[in-house]
Amino acid sequence: MSAARGHAGGRVVSRSIVKVRDLVKDFHVTRGRGGPPAVLRAVNHISFDIQAGTTLGLVGESGSGKSTTGRLLVGLIPASSGEIELFGETITGGAGAPALAKVRSKLQFVFQDPHGSLNPRMRVGDCIAEPIDIAGGWSRGDRNDRVSELLETVGLPRAVAERFPHEFSGGQRQRIGIARALALRPDFVVCDEPVSALDVSMQAQIINLLLDLQEKLGLSYLFIAHDLAVVRSIATDVAVMYAGALVEQAPKTVLYSAPQHPYTQALLEAVPRPDPDRVRSAALGGEVPSILNPPPGCAFAARCPQAMDVCRVDRPAPRATGEGHVVACHLY
Amino acid sequence: MEPLLEVDDLTVRFRTDAGWMTAVDRVSLAVRPGEALGIVGESGSGKSVTALSILRLHAAPTTRMPTGRIMYGGRDMLTLPAREMRAIRGGEIAMIFQDPMSSLNPVLTIADQIGESLRLHQGLDHAAARQRAIDLLDLVRIPDAARRVDEYPHRLSGGMRQRVMIAIAIACRPKLLIADEPTTALDVTIQAQILDLLRDLQMELGMSVILITHDMGVIAEFARRVMVMYAGRVVETAPVGELFRRPVHPYTDGLLSAIPKLDVDVRRLPAIPGSIPDPTAVILGCRYSPRCPMVQAACRTEVPELVSAGPEREARCPPRVAMLGAVS
Amino acid sequence: MAEATATILASGEAIAARRRFRVLRKLLHHRSFMVGFIIILLMVTAALCAPLTGVDPNRMAIRFRFRPPQENWWFGTDQFGRDLFTRTLYGAQLSLWIGLSVAVLTGVLGAAIGVLSAQFRRLDSLLMRIMDALMAAPAILLAIGLGAALGPQTHSVIIALVVAYIPRTARIVRASALVTRELEFIEAARVAGASSLRIMFKHLLPNASGPLLVQSTFVFAYAILAEAALSFLGIGPPPPAPSWGNIIAEGRQFAVQSWWIMLFPGFAISLAALGMNLLGDGLRDVLDPRLKVEG
Repeated sequence: MSAARGHAGGRVVSRSIVKVRDLVKDFHVTRGRGGPPAVLRAVNHISFDIQAGTTLGLVGESGSGKSTTGRLLVGLIPASSGEIELFGETITGGAGAPALAKVRSKLQFVFQDPHGSLNPRMRVGDCIAEPIDIAGGWSRGDRNDRVSELLETVGLPRAVAERFPHEFSGGQRQRIGIARALALRPDFVVCDEPVSALDVSMQAQIINLLLDLQEKLGLSYLFIAHDLAVVRSIATDVAVMYAGALVEQAPKTVLYSAPQHPYTQALLEAVPRPDPDRVRSAALGGEVPSILNPPPGCAFAARCPQAMDVCRVDRPAPRATGEGHVVACHLY
Repeated sequence: MEPLLEVDDLTVRFRTDAGWMTAVDRVSLAVRPGEALGIVGESGSGKSVTALSILRLHAAPTTRMPTGRIMYGGRDMLTLPAREMRAIRGGEIAMIFQDPMSSLNPVLTIADQIGESLRLHQGLDHAAARQRAIDLLDLVRIPDAARRVDEYPHRLSGGMRQRVMIAIAIACRPKLLIADEPTTALDVTIQAQILDLLRDLQMELGMSVILITHDMGVIAEFARRVMVMYAGRVVETAPVGELFRRPVHPYTDGLLSAIPKLDVDVRRLPAIPGSIPDPTAVILGCRYSPRCPMVQAACRTEVPELVSAGPEREARCPPRVAMLGAVS
Repeated sequence: MAEATATILASGEAIAARRRFRVLRKLLHHRSFMVGFIIILLMVTAALCAPLTGVDPNRMAIRFRFRPPQENWWFGTDQFGRDLFTRTLYGAQLSLWIGLSVAVLTGVLGAAIGVLSAQFRRLDSLLMRIMDALMAAPAILLAIGLGAALGPQTHSVIIALVVAYIPRTARIVRASALVTRELEFIEAARVAGASSLRIMFKHLLPNASGPLLVQSTFVFAYAILAEAALSFLGIGPPPPAPSWGNIIAEGRQFAVQSWWIMLFPGFAISLAALGMNLLGDGLRDVLDPRLKVEG
């Protein structure tokens, strides 16, 4: 599953099915007392690529903008500025809507909450077939056959189609959600915290399912999560976001073994390990800054143990520091 | 050493639409003074209900009175009159919860909320309570405490609110602090701060702590002794190092294998098949048997007993204990 | 895999079996609901059985006017000698029919307005301001004004009441739809390219059916009461067609000496409203997901 990218050794160059350039998303929050609406910059000039057949893990804490990024990528929210190119079509900007319509069948989304992601009033079969029903043009028989096929693909018995979502556990509902996402054979699936709401013993099952599907169906994923260990088990490359900015991006093994950005280092250090002998260094102080009124300079400067004067003034631009490794930090 | 708190054969049952369900099934545990006990389990394990039952905080209309005993200070708390129970809650045994957003009253200032416990248990007057509240905010490392103390909860972040909750809990220097998933709703970097704080406070105040979580990493970092629960029953207890190095119960073993690893690349996680049983489902024999890779015929019909698996170790799987004993 | 399949199906089936008729069973055990349901059932049956009396409700018999309740005339006779028992039964038909029409029409239109408001923010401001304007006046006054403008007909009563009661229903559906909108399955539908129409009618509306149903039962009760008031003021179904309100209105002049003319239809109105309220209360208790704790 290793997809070489622009490797000088003359190996196959994978194509980028997703290209994000300088993406920005602002939310306008109306304030009480009739003041001008405040601007919440949820996504702050981020750029990345995703290669076909790979998984980009997007990690960050709350307020990092990762969920917003996921939704921007499938057109659930309109971008404020910047460019998103999917399968060669630019879905941002003036001609974005028709472009999105062209590639819509190749995109899909898996949601976090197994309890809210299925309509409690619809039978499971109808939930799964919804993308088919909306697209139209399928015969009843074909549609039902596809539902059965999908249920089998995600490891559920066919009879499940006649039941209602509330009859199933969280893990089973997540499988149903995945089946729905696969209905029209997408090529790219955004998974937004798909295992966070599940019990630990169930997480492994769903992660394995997603990996199997990727192999079998040649899917590419944007896998959004706050749990670094979960991301390690599924990602090919990992990108780290902090307060709306992309601070570091690298192939998985590189990021976890040799992180460069101070935030990534602090984040990896902070995660508790199931190892009682491990001694963790003191936790990083401070809080995630308010993205309502971001301070100038690097968003992490206030908490960074290696902050320099320039960090508080200038936002660092992303710089390549190695093979597929990009860091936005004045240290480099 | 004499245990500070001893839970003996606690059973808690709830009435649901679908009939009675046993949330906690004959659970026993003991906490020594100054000890950090971790209770780990997934949903439906009964860990939270156990904790709530210690302080008799469960919802009365839907529960029958729990059976068993909860011994504290030589008396059974389950039979204490309400007035004495109230004196213990907050005064000697305190609890913090998972969701800091809903655990604080939005219309009271921080000073009022911390002060409530001080005025109640120590009879402090308003001014003294406020001063002590500021001291407590300093203790839980909230910067600018003198100003913060007069603020309302909505102005604080999740991590700060959790610190306030801790401040409220330790205000009267309780002997035991029960923390139910205190960091689950927090970001990783904030979680690390809170765990550091709890550990330091535990040492400074000499408190015992019962930490309840589903996160094995948090348990490894914090607890000295661990109790693993599954579907309402205790399946294993062990000192923390032993539990992680040599898990005995197949569930503990399966769980440790199945959790995603941060420090190594694993090709495929060995998942535990099946899912946690529905709480109202009736399962004969061992509740883990439908999913256990080493299940035997007897497991499905007889409820396994907790058997000793070494010093300070117990596991609810006689076949496995016997097997490991034979090998070592 | 087979064993896992069986387990999934079995556990799901067990849960389903318990839940499939859960609502029905809870309703049957709910005392208020059952009392209300039986009252309404009896009244509807009585109304439908009106022709069985074999008596023409409009047949006048001046010789027998103002007879108090007795063997031949269970509810007595009115100023024209018409049998009040029969008139009350036929009146039940008309009054219950008005109640039902108003409840159904209000439900349909209110639901449409509710989901449209929830789905389209700009339309929301416009529609809700209109609803606010309609709610500014007490429903009964509004209905009286409209009814007077439209003239004394059965359908004008219905129209007037529908207009007066739509705002409350619309608000309730809108509130439910706004909550549903935030759930992830709506986003899932949008990712698949669902149109607003589909979201409104396949997703928002079905999830609002609980509160809508409960509200409709209350509207039914209000409508029956309001019809009586409107008829009392002469804006109801035109005589000689008997409705409960009509009978009361006609009997007003003779209230002192012939008290029975107003008593029985009045009692019927109260009973119908009570029954519907109990039914609605019961439905709400059972359907409200927040009230899950039971003793």
